[in-house]
Amino acid sequence: MSSTSTSSQMGQLVADKHVRYILMAEKKKESFESVVMDHLRMNGAYWGLTTLDLLEKLGTVSEDEVVSWVMTCQHESGGFAGNTGHDPHILYTLSAVQILALFDKLNILDVGKVSSYVAGLQNEDGSFSGDIWGEIDTRFSYIAICCLSIFKCLDKINVEKAVDYIVSCKNLDGGFGCTPGAESHAGQIFCCVGALAITGNLHHVDKDLLGWWLCERQVKSGGLNGRPEKLPDVCYSWWVLSSLIMIDRVHWIDKAKLVKFILDCQDMDNGGISDRPDDAVDIFHTYFGVAGLSLLEYPGIKAIDPAYALPVDVINRIIFTK
Amino acid sequence: MHGRPRKAYKPEEEAASAAKAVKPRSLQSQFMSNHHNKIYTKEAIELSTKLLEINPEAYTAWNYRKLAVEDRLSRIESDPDLVKSILDEELVVVESALRQNFKSYGAWHHRKWVLSKGNSSIGNELRLLDKFQRLDSRNFHAWNYRRFVVELTNRSEQDELQYTENMISTDFSNYSAWHNRSVLLSSLLARRADGFMPNEKIPEEYKLVHDAIFTDEDDQSGWFYHLWLLDQTVNVETPLLISSWPSHGSRINLSGAGCLNDSSSKLPTFCFESGSFPLILYFDQDVGGVSSSTVKIDSELKGNEDLVWEPVSKKNSQVSCVWVARLKYMSSEPSFRKEYKVNVRIGNSPGIVSSRGFNFNAPYEFVFTAHVHDTVEESQESIVSWTDGFDIWDAQSKDLNSLVTLDQLNTQMDLKWRQEALAEEIDLFHALSDSKIGKLTLARLLKAEAMISGDAVKGVHYEKIVDLYNDLMALDSPHYQYYKDEHSVALLHKVTSSTESLSRYLFQYKDMNNAVCLRLNNLSLSRIGSVEKLLFVQMLDLSHNELHSTEGLEAMQLLSCINLSHNRIRSFSALDSLRHLKQLRVLDVSHNHIGKHSVDTTRYLCSSPLSNSEWTQDEVGRQMPTLVTKYWDAYFVFRDLNLKQLDIAGNVIAGDEFSSFVIQVVPKLVWLDGQKLRR
Ligand SMILES: [Zn+2]
Repeated sequence: MSSTSTSSQMGQLVADKHVRYILMAEKKKESFESVVMDHLRMNGAYWGLTTLDLLEKLGTVSEDEVVSWVMTCQHESGGFAGNTGHDPHILYTLSAVQILALFDKLNILDVGKVSSYVAGLQNEDGSFSGDIWGEIDTRFSYIAICCLSIFKCLDKINVEKAVDYIVSCKNLDGGFGCTPGAESHAGQIFCCVGALAITGNLHHVDKDLLGWWLCERQVKSGGLNGRPEKLPDVCYSWWVLSSLIMIDRVHWIDKAKLVKFILDCQDMDNGGISDRPDDAVDIFHTYFGVAGLSLLEYPGIKAIDPAYALPVDVINRIIFTK
Repeated sequence: MHGRPRKAYKPEEEAASAAKAVKPRSLQSQFMSNHHNKIYTKEAIELSTKLLEINPEAYTAWNYRKLAVEDRLSRIESDPDLVKSILDEELVVVESALRQNFKSYGAWHHRKWVLSKGNSSIGNELRLLDKFQRLDSRNFHAWNYRRFVVELTNRSEQDELQYTENMISTDFSNYSAWHNRSVLLSSLLARRADGFMPNEKIPEEYKLVHDAIFTDEDDQSGWFYHLWLLDQTVNVETPLLISSWPSHGSRINLSGAGCLNDSSSKLPTFCFESGSFPLILYFDQDVGGVSSSTVKIDSELKGNEDLVWEPVSKKNSQVSCVWVARLKYMSSEPSFRKEYKVNVRIGNSPGIVSSRGFNFNAPYEFVFTAHVHDTVEESQESIVSWTDGFDIWDAQSKDLNSLVTLDQLNTQMDLKWRQEALAEEIDLFHALSDSKIGKLTLARLLKAEAMISGDAVKGVHYEKIVDLYNDLMALDSPHYQYYKDEHSVALLHKVTSSTESLSRYLFQYKDMNNAVCLRLNNLSLSRIGSVEKLLFVQMLDLSHNELHSTEGLEAMQLLSCINLSHNRIRSFSALDSLRHLKQLRVLDVSHNHIGKHSVDTTRYLCSSPLSNSEWTQDEVGRQMPTLVTKYWDAYFVFRDLNLKQLDIAGNVIAGDEFSSFVIQVVPKLVWLDGQKLRR
């Protein structure tokens, strides 16, 4: 039976199949997709491992193998690359730090070195570049703040200027874009709201205005889109939901309908979750689907922190330990 | 990863995919070798071109090309033609990468990097963009790149505004164009550019956006633009004081902690253990700069020369719409007089500035009388009841009228065009009042009109608004709670719209010197609002509602008792705003949902180490680190409160372990869940 025909008989999370899908995906190194995705294997590892932890199955992977591979991606500068041999970038540095946090292995890092790499990417106006080549984006502001907060050394950057820059990217619809003047987008909103949350600056957000924009991302099928008049997509379950939770407006959407939409995007036969029902699954959407269900308090999934995108127990362990 | 159809697993496809991977894999390994060995020959560069044609997302290959360009440029610096040809080559590679993947961050950035070198002609860029934007008019990379090019070429905002208009007239359902229009227009309006006066331009913009909303009422493209226009119509830039406590002309009774010897008086008396009372200023928007130099106080009360004004907001914010200072009235020296006049003058010297940078420029003055009573008895630690000992307030009483403040109209506001624009919109949207967006917009328009109208209009409008939200809850059930929250706010506007209607909810509590008690219980409120009109309230009964947070209550600085039992509070972090209430002694949060949910929606709205606030470890923190991590929200909220009486029964979290933890965290607690604690 093809997976398409079963997708109408949904109802529950096939957690075991997703676990198997994630463990298998790691081994499929022969395919064309794996070559094209080669440069962001660090992100992929973070998505897969976090999903496993949320499903309480992190123990099924070899911790030593993962950690030693992660460390092969670190450069002299302190930053991490998306894979062995690639260049360092802040995007992959966060994923590496998140992976080590999952395994409670942050102690193997030279924290001073990694944090100096991240802090060194702050620009005069408070913004952050992604790497030495100077692309600027509020995604990188979030990443820097998230990383340094995990290391408890936000004092290495100018937080006030970093916040001012993020606030300068706020739009008249209450959302945020990647640079000043850029259109609001749910992924970008997550980054900006997350950075403001971690630094205790959510008072810069117009919660009612942004909350209305975000809750109107829910379309008739129950799924969420990332911008007005766009198609729904499982990955926005994470970006929209986490933002709504951080500003305490998540009750403005219909959670039951969203749960159903995410479950409808599962491949019931082979595991994995796709962007929309009956599309091809991938690890990215599998993670965002499970993380979204966690935010919707779906039974059997650990709680995830809406700002750090790591399990709540991991974050509480880090933050509340003096 | 997006939009690929799911297919059943076929072994032959796996083989085909592996075969297809052979060439890019070998390209990639050759490329890596070149990159690591810093080889920038023609062949090596050509190889990276091929790799990027297959995979424009291979960011390391873009980095390599930048290094290669720099290497080549370093050898031929004196020849401008050669420089140009090297850079043009890059533009060609980017263009073909973008054809392959329009959303490649690496490709777009490479193009910016090349153009920033300043040797390429920028003239072609807008033409290229026009082509791309016709293919995908919502692509945000293209729009961002457009803003970059516009800045480089100094193209005027007016020309760009015209471009958005063209895009919109081709297809009104282009949110990206509406967005860019709002950015350009707000800049032009803010600097009052020629032909961009708000009173002329905003009515014109309403007409433009009507086409979008009325053509297809389900299309969201115009919704947010219309809401922004409405905001521009009603909100004035300059901040305004909307209420205060004490209010102008009022007479307040003050005493120290304890009971009065004269129990025959029916007047409420405000008791402050600290011997000082809060002076509260409530502005219509966040302001900074409230200080003893911007607010002048003349009174015979001693020791108030250098008052400290504090924003009622998060620790690291220096702006707030609520500001408070504490005036001393129980000085150590014996007082001969009992009545003191206090005169407050705000904004005579500059310094109060809104968070958007506009000066408070409507100086305001108010006067009140403070009557200081002697206390004879020591304060008793008796339990406060929410059922017995309440008297109804006489609605006609003068005392009530002097307590309740009415909002002050902004006399400086140019009302005429605003009223006309609103009236026209209300007319129009009546025609659309069968649809969701029609009803919602109408409710918002009526609220806006009520804001700039007199009391008579207000009452009628709030009535209509409540009805509209009732309709919306039924019409658009997925967003039920959004309308429910707005409904609660409108209901509270209605309740507080006149002294007469408010008095129905007011009582006095005899056992606490006739404290003013507001009972808003059983109203199915999901949200708190209109607090600026309730600053005089000392006891607040919000039991049997649907509240999940106490946001807003921080302004009610006189509150000493709050009843939140039978609501939907999910965690103690939802009570964060209560930390600002220095008088709070009695709190009932029994029968809520605390401990029931794994997701805490106020986790980051509460000051705690999670939101980067400083944390000094106390005895409890040192002795019970595990419980502090487990009950962190209770720990960080309760240790800032000075509670004597607390009710937490009927929550999932309640139990022996939690009770003994709370008793440690709140050392002054006397009553817990109705039981007197034996310490
Ligand atoms: Zn997606």
